[in-house]
Amino acid sequence: MIQWTGLLVFLIAVFVLVPSYIAASGRTDFYYTLTSVALLSIASAGVWLTFYIGRINIGQGAFALIGAYVSAILVTKAGFSFWLSLPLAGLFAAVVSVLIGVPILRLRGVYFAMITLVLTQVVTLTALALPVTNGAKGITSIPLPGEISVFGLTVIPDFAGLENPRLAFYYTSCALMVLTFAAMYRLVNSRLGHLCRSMQQNEELASSIGVNIAHIRVIVFAISSFLGGIGGAMFGSIAQSVYPSSFQVTDSVNFMLNCFLGGLGYVFGPMLGTLVLYFGWDLLFELGRYQLLVYSGMLIILMLFLPNGLLSLRLRGKGVAGR
Amino acid sequence: MSNLLEVRHVTRKFGGLTANNNISFSVNENEILSVIGPNGAGKSTLFKMISSFLPTSSGEVLYRGERISNLKPHTVARMGVVRTFQETTIFKSMTVRESIVVAQHLRAKASLAGYFWGTKSAREDVESFGRYADDLIDFLGISAIRNELASNLPQGNLRALGLAIGLATDPKVLLLDEPFAGMNHDETMRMVQLVRKVRDDRGVTVLLVEHDMPAVMSISDRIIVLNFGEMIAEGTPTEIQNNQKVIEAYLGSADDEIGI
Repeated sequence: MIQWTGLLVFLIAVFVLVPSYIAASGRTDFYYTLTSVALLSIASAGVWLTFYIGRINIGQGAFALIGAYVSAILVTKAGFSFWLSLPLAGLFAAVVSVLIGVPILRLRGVYFAMITLVLTQVVTLTALALPVTNGAKGITSIPLPGEISVFGLTVIPDFAGLENPRLAFYYTSCALMVLTFAAMYRLVNSRLGHLCRSMQQNEELASSIGVNIAHIRVIVFAISSFLGGIGGAMFGSIAQSVYPSSFQVTDSVNFMLNCFLGGLGYVFGPMLGTLVLYFGWDLLFELGRYQLLVYSGMLIILMLFLPNGLLSLRLRGKGVAGR
Repeated sequence: MSNLLEVRHVTRKFGGLTANNNISFSVNENEILSVIGPNGAGKSTLFKMISSFLPTSSGEVLYRGERISNLKPHTVARMGVVRTFQETTIFKSMTVRESIVVAQHLRAKASLAGYFWGTKSAREDVESFGRYADDLIDFLGISAIRNELASNLPQGNLRALGLAIGLATDPKVLLLDEPFAGMNHDETMRMVQLVRKVRDDRGVTVLLVEHDMPAVMSISDRIIVLNFGEMIAEGTPTEIQNNQKVIEAYLGSADDEIGI
């Protein structure tokens, strides 16, 4: 019961309170910030899922970049609707992750982490080299998402015709975020989540009870990369451009930090972690050249004293993975 | 009685070291067979090869005439040959009941997607997992620790948990890795009773590796003795106790360890 109330409060806050506050205060720049948080938290949710099978994933930037390019290319070169290119971008990222995951997912700990760290750089270099991605010039002037109508009834209006496309992107991104985390919650509390937990805690024992651990790892990595691709594709659409540097190694590291900060044991950890990290960074802007120093110092302290993430402060029993 | 499991000329080499050399024996349906031997005799290696956690260098293991060596552990488990581990190999942050529910993976009828969407067969599975877990907890007499976290359990209970996880897969052959190690006399006797009950009531064939000689002698139908990777004897407990080669092998280490 408490969970449903919490969900309702959250939905009202995201879809009603925040927009009306922004409208009242005129701080429309918040739309972009919060949209970014929503999209980054979707990609971070994917990273969180790989943590859930005991793998440190520092390569989500690679899949976000792949997703952004796939969507941009489909929209600009093949004339696809953005709304169709979005799932296709996720699927393409997932397929790539399966091809990469089969050989590398058997690695553990730091070895897996190192390879994923390189992935972002590999995708960046590939984007620079391929003709279809237009090298360093990237893909620019991507049209805004078009209209979706069912039987002449407009479900989603053409973003280009809207008075305030920022608000439309905000609603879209938040809706995707809510969908993502609802699916994650369900997944973690269903059998796949239980199997992931068993693998995270002891892979040998998991395989002795008949769990095909290699298979599950690949499935989970594919879902993770799917989310990365979706997040990336949305970003490309908002910025209306994609460059090889749109997602860098730093972004990949940040996706991972979001999970750490929010709490690896909590499904909603990445959402909170992204919010705090993103706003924390912005709030420290005044410090000028000390920004990074203070920021990283605070992160270290937080992780020392809250190794299980911010959500371990409270929310015990609420949103706790698989309990 | 028929041969359920057959180990045929199995050899395992680690570099220049031969951990198991040309081992052959068979396990009959519904028997309790123990593999004993001094430290470093190659017992654990043999166990790992039977459960496909380790490939053989040569030779093969057959279960009902089908090869089960050099496969993947989960494939062998699917066929009904399941191993347990020593006490540290558990799902630390799951409760006893959660561990048993997860361990029923092989009994699942619905697909993973089915569980996600909550289809009818998935809901039935979940219900049946819960029922089966409760039955198993009662069967093993561990209802007192049903909702304890595995990481909080004392050693004696960890063995029971390991056994429960193994049994939850509904195995035909259960390989127990030192089920009595580190237990006092009373705990050992309780565990011996439990293993017997598993064989008698559930028709599970048991193969175990063990150091505790009194326990082995009282529980086993037959015993295989390994020494320096070689199989030096095979027979009933009485035969083994009077086997000259076995006595010599153990005299090298601790005399009292064999307990005869």
